[in-house]
Amino acid sequence: MIWLDVLVQGILLGGLYALFAAGLSLVFGIMRLVNLAHGDLIVFAAFAILLITATFGLNPFLAALIAAPLMFAAGWALQRFVLNRVLGKDILPPLLCTFGLSVALQNGMLEAFSADSQRLSVGPLESASIDLGPVTVGTLPLLTFASAVAAIFVLNRIFYTTALGRAFRAVSDDPTTASLMGLDPKSVFAIATGLAMVIVTLAALYLGVRANFDPSIGPARLLYAFQAVIIGGLGSLWGTLAGGAIIGVAQTFGAQINPEWQILAGHIAFLIVLLIRPRGLFPRAVD
Amino acid sequence: MHQVTTRTRASTIAGIAALALIAVGLILPAFAPRSLIQDLFFILTMLTLAQLWNLIAGFGGMVSVGQQAFVGIGAYALFAGVILWGWDPVPAILLGGLAAFLLAIPTAFFAFRLAGAYFAIGTWVIAEVTRLLIAQWKTLGGGTGTSLPREATSDIIGVEAIANLFGLRDAAARDVLAYWLALALAVATMAAIYALLRSRTGLALAAVRDNDNAAQSVGVDARRVKWLVFLAAATMTGLVGALIFMQTARISPDAGFSLTNWTAYVVFITVIGGIGRLEGPILGVLVFWGLQTAFADYGSWYLLALGLLAIATMLFAPRGLWGLIADRWGIALFPVQRRLILEGAKDG
Amino acid sequence: MALLSTHGLTAQYGQFKALFGVDLHVDPGECVAIIGANGAGKTTLMRSITGVLRNAPEMILHNGTPIGALPADQILQRGIAMVPEGRKLFPSLSVEENLLIGGQVRKGSGRWSLNEIYALFPILKDRRHSPGTALSGGQQQMVAIGRALMSNPGLLLCDEISLGLAPVVIRDIYAALPAIRATGAAVIVVEQDISRALAVADRVYCMMEGRVTLTAPAKDVTREAIHAAYFGAAA
Repeated sequence: MIWLDVLVQGILLGGLYALFAAGLSLVFGIMRLVNLAHGDLIVFAAFAILLITATFGLNPFLAALIAAPLMFAAGWALQRFVLNRVLGKDILPPLLCTFGLSVALQNGMLEAFSADSQRLSVGPLESASIDLGPVTVGTLPLLTFASAVAAIFVLNRIFYTTALGRAFRAVSDDPTTASLMGLDPKSVFAIATGLAMVIVTLAALYLGVRANFDPSIGPARLLYAFQAVIIGGLGSLWGTLAGGAIIGVAQTFGAQINPEWQILAGHIAFLIVLLIRPRGLFPRAVD
Repeated sequence: MHQVTTRTRASTIAGIAALALIAVGLILPAFAPRSLIQDLFFILTMLTLAQLWNLIAGFGGMVSVGQQAFVGIGAYALFAGVILWGWDPVPAILLGGLAAFLLAIPTAFFAFRLAGAYFAIGTWVIAEVTRLLIAQWKTLGGGTGTSLPREATSDIIGVEAIANLFGLRDAAARDVLAYWLALALAVATMAAIYALLRSRTGLALAAVRDNDNAAQSVGVDARRVKWLVFLAAATMTGLVGALIFMQTARISPDAGFSLTNWTAYVVFITVIGGIGRLEGPILGVLVFWGLQTAFADYGSWYLLALGLLAIATMLFAPRGLWGLIADRWGIALFPVQRRLILEGAKDG
Repeated sequence: MALLSTHGLTAQYGQFKALFGVDLHVDPGECVAIIGANGAGKTTLMRSITGVLRNAPEMILHNGTPIGALPADQILQRGIAMVPEGRKLFPSLSVEENLLIGGQVRKGSGRWSLNEIYALFPILKDRRHSPGTALSGGQQQMVAIGRALMSNPGLLLCDEISLGLAPVVIRDIYAALPAIRATGAAVIVVEQDISRALAVADRVYCMMEGRVTLTAPAKDVTREAIHAAYFGAAA
């Protein structure tokens, strides 16, 4: 029975990783940009929620509601004033720019918030659990997973049924022709990054209420997000959820055998998938 | 009648100056204070790492953020050779190169499967996996690391001869030895890169970087060129890693596989100096050393500023400081561009 | 006043100069054909007018307003829409989405809507949920024209819309032109097929090596004059 429990915990953990990954996947899908600061932006959002919680004495869930539009604005501005200027045929400048941002963000947060571990407190919810017959699951992990499913569902709806999603796909296909349709690709990119930061805020909320965080943990979150994206197959958001679940299950199984192996097991699972399915589990036909 | 040349007047002068600098570098320990030798060791090793990263990223278009894997594995191989098998540290440096070469094979195998920008994170994952595995190696100290035993560091080949030659104490003589090795590695690396870029393989590399498919269609075997350059750079990076940690004589997984020290700094040196040019890292490492000396005490403020400086460089001077200089005065010390010279036409 | 005019328009790609002082104009409701061999500068001219290539502001006037330096999205906002060479449908979008995106930013006031496009090209309605790129070449060209019309432009630019299509398909596509002109829109057609161009246009410009070498009313122009303008006087 213990292994069933481990499996369920792993899948639920995968929900968190899918939340980490969704924003990365969105931005890459639309503008072929890999944001190396993605993990640090998640941690940044967690500190933003913490700050709002502490300042106004709000519940972290409410604080995240306030942080989300602020993060949207930050993402929009980052894209508008920095990343748009370095996007082009050469992949080097945007990569190096976001790498610089990653280092700058980590160290800026270190100065602003110190290296101390922080946590978003949600009271009794933290230890609440639900009995599902053969297994008992924590309410928070379940909520995380449900939020990931909801976020991916909404993102897919936006992508495939709205005018904004149409614009996303058009500029992704061909920015020049999209501009002949009256779209300004750079504005569309800015909105996309803003939207990605809203997902990042959601990811940060669950990161902060489920475990401790400090300014240095961003890069590891980037790696988990990246692995979920690659395992799922580029461009497939539901695939990303499956990818997150695979990393999560590998980590919980690894940890069950030896706590030191938790992270390593996730990485190994990723490498195995890359070995046997280089294009991921659910590759999109058009890419 | 015509000929194709890469030579310029500035490059001829630079060539002579480079030879003179190497000569000065060789005899420097005879009169330079120990602190200068130590600074130069730092500069030369960082310069070599930056040139190697510049080779794969700037010239080859393979943006790796996992070079710390090769520094770390190279250093650990040296420690294994010395501690477990009783090698002398100097020949054990070669073990570092070998280990990095062997690690580079699976790294390239996995990372080359990832398209474009995801290559970067792929190399990072491999570096993390290597770090976590090494941390499981209990005989070399596991997660906390280990030091070179005193007996191993006290009778390194050549230290006694250097001590007698310059009338130095053993510790200072060890610095001189490490410095000479760093100088040799730096010169060899830059000479090799320069020769590579001027060869047919260098042309192929440029073609691959600019357009993989197009290069293939004109007969360049893109995969072979990328593998060759990636493995060569990794091997050299492993040698440098081994040398650096022979000098510090202490290692831990966090230090050996440090993203900040062995990739972030290296990226910043190259980007700020000018990526995709041999001159860039040379200028970059001097700027970096100046900043490091002046501001390293500020810790995270310093790193914050470096990160912002890299962003600003990418925004306003994407070809770095050397790019600005080259645009202003049109000089190239190590030209790799081919120019057609018609007979009778004046050399520019 | 001309709807659109260019004044000494020049353009270059790096060192290579593609246009050398082109002067032309289009009046409201007029259909103008631009003919010329490959490399004459026709597509460069289109790219300049639509803002894909930027120019000095005064080089291109729209209703007397300088627009030469505006980006492509603002050019469309002014009612100048483009059917690009090679159709350039968005592969991730269905036929209907391709049409919708044409009118997403500028709807304009005029006849064209999704239903009107389907009335003009009925085959598209049957295939509206297919990916745009799954259609035949002729059908794709209909989507590209419909997509441009969805913004209800005052000026429609058609770049090589017959390229690579069978004659019978070309005829079907050109059959839509009168309906388009009936809304009062001016049209510029870029064509390599001279007789086709002369048949549909009010006026014709002939280009060679980045210059306008001939301009005349379509009904007055002679084969000899075109031949000279097309290939150069020496030919």
